[in-house]
Amino acid sequence: MDQIISSYFNLSVLRQALPYLQNGLILTLWLSISIVPLAMIAGLVIAMLFDLRQKWLNALLVVYIDLFRAFPPLVLIIFIFFGLPFLGIRFSEFVSFVLAATLNGAAYFGEIFRAGIASIPRGQYEAAVASGLTPLQAMIHVVLPQAIRNVLAPLTGNIIELVKATSLASVVAMPELLRSARIAQGNTYNATPLIAAAVIYLILLWPAVRLASRLERRAIARR
Amino acid sequence: MDNIYRYFFNLDVMRQSLPFLLNGLWLTIGIALMVIACGLTLGLGLAVVRAFQIRILNIFIIAFADIFRAIPALVILMLVYFALPSVGITFSSITSVVITLSLVLAAFSLEIFWAGITAVNPGQWEAARSTGLTFTQTLRHVVLGQAIRMVIPPLTNRTIAITKYTAIASAVSVPEILNQASTQQAQLANPTPLTLAAILYILMFLPLVFLSRYLEHHYGKGR
Repeated sequence: MDQIISSYFNLSVLRQALPYLQNGLILTLWLSISIVPLAMIAGLVIAMLFDLRQKWLNALLVVYIDLFRAFPPLVLIIFIFFGLPFLGIRFSEFVSFVLAATLNGAAYFGEIFRAGIASIPRGQYEAAVASGLTPLQAMIHVVLPQAIRNVLAPLTGNIIELVKATSLASVVAMPELLRSARIAQGNTYNATPLIAAAVIYLILLWPAVRLASRLERRAIARR
Repeated sequence: MDNIYRYFFNLDVMRQSLPFLLNGLWLTIGIALMVIACGLTLGLGLAVVRAFQIRILNIFIIAFADIFRAIPALVILMLVYFALPSVGITFSSITSVVITLSLVLAAFSLEIFWAGITAVNPGQWEAARSTGLTFTQTLRHVVLGQAIRMVIPPLTNRTIAITKYTAIASAVSVPEILNQASTQQAQLANPTPLTLAAILYILMFLPLVFLSRYLEHHYGKGR
C-alpha cells in the first residue's frame, strides 16, 4: 500500500510536476479549442455541399470521408510532420497538428452532419424555399436545427474523441498534457505525474462522457 | 511533380521497405483481432452483469466505463507500460497495447450493449417472464438478440475507430505498420514508406468503413 502511494500518489513529486502539468494542460486546451470548431465547420461545409446533390462532387466527398475515416489519425500526423517537409512544405508544429486533426475530424463530422440532414424529410426544405427563404436560409434556419438535434449523440462523442486525440501530439514531441507528464515522470523517476495527467483528462471529459452516453441511450431507444 | 514522385512514390524505396511493412501489417492485424475479441467479449459480459442490477457491482462497472471512455487510449497505454512496473507489474509492449485497447473497447461496447438492452421494450421482458422463463433465460433468449441487432451500427463504428488506434503501439516501439514505416523512412531518408503505410491502412480499413456504411443503411431504416 505504501509503495502504491509513494509511486502513484506522491505529493512531493506532484508538487514538482505541477508547473509541467499546468503548461501541458494549457497547450492541450489550446489545441482542443482550435481543432474542434475548425473540424466542425469543415464537416458542416462538407455536409452542405453534399446536399447540393451534384453527382461528381458527392462522389469526391464520399471518397474524402471514407479515406480519412479509414486512416488512423496518428499516421496522418506522422505523415504531415515528417513527410511534407521533404516537399519543402514546412508548418509550425501547432499548425501541422491542427491541420492533421482537422482533416481527420472533418471527415467524421461531415458524415455525422450528412446523416443528420438526410434524416430530415426533403419536404421541409422545399416548403421553406417555397415560402420565400433562399436555399441557404432554408438550410440554416429550418433543416440544420432539426438535423443537429437528431445527431447530438454522435456529435458529442466525436468532440470527445477529438479532444482525446490531442494526446497524439505527444508522439511528435509537442509538450501537451501527456508529453509534459512524461517529461516530469522522467525527471522525478516517479509515475505520479502520469496518474495526475490521467486524472486531469478524466475531470476534463467526464461530464461530456456522461452526456454522450445519455444521448446515445436516447438515440438507440428511438429506433 | 518530380519531387512528389521521388519522395512519396519512389518505387525503389517501396521495393526495399515493403517486406518490413508487411511484417508490420501482420502484427497490426494480429493485435487488432485480439483487441476486437477481448474487448467485445468483456464489454458484452459487463453489460450482461449490469443487467442484474447488483448495486455494488454496477457502481464499479459504470466507473470502469466512464474512466476508460474519458481518458485517451495513449495515456492509458503509457500508464500500463510505464507506470505499472513501479509496483512490479510488467507487461511486454505488445501485451500492453492489447490490454489498453481491449479495455477501451470494452468500456465503449459495454455502454453500447447496455443502451441496446435498455432499449428493448419492457413488454418483452414482462411477456417472457410471464411465460415462465427465468430472468437469465429472458435475458439470454429474448432480450440480448434484439439488443445486439439494434446496436450493430454504432458498435461497428466504434470498433473500427478503436482498432485504428493500434497505430499508437508505435509509441512504445511495437514494430507494427507505422513503427516499421517510420524506421524505414529514417533509414532510407525518404518518406515513401509512410505512403506505403497509408496505403496499407486504407486497404485494411476501407472495406470495414464500407461495411459500416452498409450496416448503417441496412439496420438504420426504421429510424
